[in-house]
Amino acid sequence: MQSKQNLKIKNTFYIVLFIFFGLFMMQTTFATEAPPLAENPELELKVMQVASELRCLVCQNESIADSHADLALDLRQQIREQLQGGKSQKEIIEYMVERYGDFVLYKPPVKSNTLVLWFGPFILMIGSLFALFRFARKEKNSMPINTDSTAEIEKARELLSSSRKNLE
Amino acid sequence: MKRFLPLIIFGVLCVILVIGLQLNPKEIPSPLIGKSAPQFKLPILSQSSTTFTPEQMQGKVWLLNVWASWCVSCREEHPLLNELAKQNTIPIIGLNYKDKNDPAIEWLTKMGDPYQLSIVDESGTVGINYGVYGVPETFLIDQKGIIVHKFTGPLTPTNLQKDLPQLLAKLNR
Repeated sequence: MQSKQNLKIKNTFYIVLFIFFGLFMMQTTFATEAPPLAENPELELKVMQVASELRCLVCQNESIADSHADLALDLRQQIREQLQGGKSQKEIIEYMVERYGDFVLYKPPVKSNTLVLWFGPFILMIGSLFALFRFARKEKNSMPINTDSTAEIEKARELLSSSRKNLE
Repeated sequence: MKRFLPLIIFGVLCVILVIGLQLNPKEIPSPLIGKSAPQFKLPILSQSSTTFTPEQMQGKVWLLNVWASWCVSCREEHPLLNELAKQNTIPIIGLNYKDKNDPAIEWLTKMGDPYQLSIVDESGTVGINYGVYGVPETFLIDQKGIIVHKFTGPLTPTNLQKDLPQLLAKLNR
């Protein structure tokens, strides 16, 4: 009993330590993450909106809006300047694709070499659903319920009714 | 046969995944290949009063190597570039990307300078126009100023001993 309580205290201690550590980490990441104060919040929102459509090529699983890579900062600046220059979102995205290729888009365009990417999952899903139904139907046919033994059915009925009674 | 179907499917999946692992996600085909190299006018490193534009290389096949003193993998490829410069087969122009002049000059004196000249792109705008996303990168540009090939990441001995001569042979034909 004593040791069990000790263990409990020890565990709580670790959990508290862990939480503190987590909070500490959060603090530090927030500290480095502080974005430059936007002079024009509306523009900044638009910048982020465009940036979130674009992939950062340095850390490829982040968008340019999320990434802290130098290149992402530069590209955000580029977007900002172009928005200020009156360019539309479409024009800016075209500008990026001209330089970095389709890979920079999070939503790749439908092209001959992206057909599998776009439609593969649906084909796979339809195919596997079809296979599943076929399999299920076959199983049903191959395992008919044994209706011959009336004694067993009687027994099952009895069991069901007795359990119902118990519930009442 | 039917019994082995799951095993076969598993095997095929394994092969596909293994092939996927061999691919290098850092190697993104550049949309600039086959197009003319973006124009720019930038000061030359350690001769800030003179400028360089790609037009000056018209009629020549040349390499544009993007480098920086802060770039670790540039260190890796630098000896290869020095060797290539010694062979005198192709002019190499350096693009000093998002760097400060003093460390860049120091780097070249310490490591050797394979470049005919280096240009200073402190803001990185020319880098953006060339679609640079990971230094070092090397562009092969032909007589008409068209980008023929791009090496992403540090150059390897095979790049210089096999790929580059092949590309050059094609261009000179």
